[in-house]
Amino acid sequence: MSEKKFSKKHEWVSLDGDIATVGITKHATEMLGDIVFVEVPDAGKSIEKEGQAAVVESTKAASDVYSPISGEVTEGNKAIADDPGSVNGDPEGASWFFKLKIKDKGELDSLMSKEEYDKFCKENPN
Amino acid sequence: MGYKRVIMGVQKTALYDLHKSLGAKFVPFAGYEMPIQYKDGIVKEHISTRTHAGFFDVSHMGQFFLEGDETLVEALEKIIPSDLKSLKVNHSKYSFLLNDDGGIIDDLIVTKTKKGFCIILNAACKENDIKHISKFLDKNHKYLLNNDLSLIALQGPKSVEILEKLIPGVSQLKFMTGNNFSYDSESLYITRSGYTGEDGFEISISNKKVKNLIDLLMKNRVKPIGLGARDTLRLEAGLCLYGHDLNEKINPVEANLKWAIAKKRKEVGGFNGWSKIKNLLTNGSEKIRVGIKPEGKVIARENTKIFSSNGEEIGFVTSGTFGPSVNGPVAMGYVKSKFSEIGTSVQLEVRGKKYEGKVSELPFYKKSYVK
Repeated sequence: MSEKKFSKKHEWVSLDGDIATVGITKHATEMLGDIVFVEVPDAGKSIEKEGQAAVVESTKAASDVYSPISGEVTEGNKAIADDPGSVNGDPEGASWFFKLKIKDKGELDSLMSKEEYDKFCKENPN
Repeated sequence: MGYKRVIMGVQKTALYDLHKSLGAKFVPFAGYEMPIQYKDGIVKEHISTRTHAGFFDVSHMGQFFLEGDETLVEALEKIIPSDLKSLKVNHSKYSFLLNDDGGIIDDLIVTKTKKGFCIILNAACKENDIKHISKFLDKNHKYLLNNDLSLIALQGPKSVEILEKLIPGVSQLKFMTGNNFSYDSESLYITRSGYTGEDGFEISISNKKVKNLIDLLMKNRVKPIGLGARDTLRLEAGLCLYGHDLNEKINPVEANLKWAIAKKRKEVGGFNGWSKIKNLLTNGSEKIRVGIKPEGKVIARENTKIFSSNGEEIGFVTSGTFGPSVNGPVAMGYVKSKFSEIGTSVQLEVRGKKYEGKVSELPFYKKSYVK
């Protein structure tokens, strides 16, 4: 697996060959609070970079999850749909949202490194 | 994601600094900077209120005091459909301010005091309410929105045990009654009431002393609870939130709150909108507020459209969230009355997809009030 890259919309992506795994960041879960509903995309769905891909809801509000990279969904994580609260526990590990077969690895270049993302969060606390 | 903060013209309660020190996340609410949650988060705050006790700073609500003779009772009865004439000193009623058409200007708790009444008004409505009420008053009636007082709700099954230790005598209060007590050489007014579906108290105390009282409560493991959990608690308890479940275009019959209109007043009338309300009491209203339980995990939030099982649009959701004690989604909304029977299958349109749900009994969570 490659090192994680991060989007300004608080998604992370890591790459294993041409399969990307996407989830939401720990910072995102801290902003959202208790997660009580998750909807993940079905396998076969095509998603463009920055396209709406999944839904996450906390007790406070519903938010869209965007894909930081284009591709065709190979798997949505059913485990988090069944147990949405688990996303608060391990958002950047076991509680990934979906996997994609990607088209263009170059799309990752516009994303941030861990360091850059941490800095971005500090400068944009909301 | 996250919430915008309004810096200009925002009011703060006397406990603002304390909230901040407790790690509160603030949101602008009715012109106040209020804590939506603390470090524990909404679900834990909700559960600790249901299983132990929590305190809520509700000082943004209006504490409106009226003084006057029997003409004050007559004036207030024109806009409040309670039997204020028979209300005993220190007894409280849930009621509303009604407009000419019977629409709800605000929902409120009115308590009879020795000299008149105290009315607790919603923060967002209080200025407008007072304008409306004052139109019905005359020179002999005095009134005051007391901004020197804080209002603290202590809610949860352990509230009585904890507060009795600090302020002996409170355990004698029955639900929806109150009295004066003394604490730290100051007089305060406590009612046994609340808006969470739990036993508890609302404590009216000076802004100067409120922090001391909170410190003592926290030493007794009472946790701070934000507006987020207040919302999930009240919705599970089937209680309305003004501006969402109630507004000026909705009357008490439609709101399924006809129980809050005094029996005598239903018959005799003499209050705003009575002729309309009387007609609706006899013939039923076209739409009515019901509980809605979505199947599965999907949350049907405010403005979600409600359809009948054969696809007819029959209403909309006015409040919807995840209920931590129910451990699932809960909602309230208005449907055409013929679809209001408990158990009626409905469909809820969320993000363009239809999800199954049922008209459900309220409350979703059973109360434990002490009567």
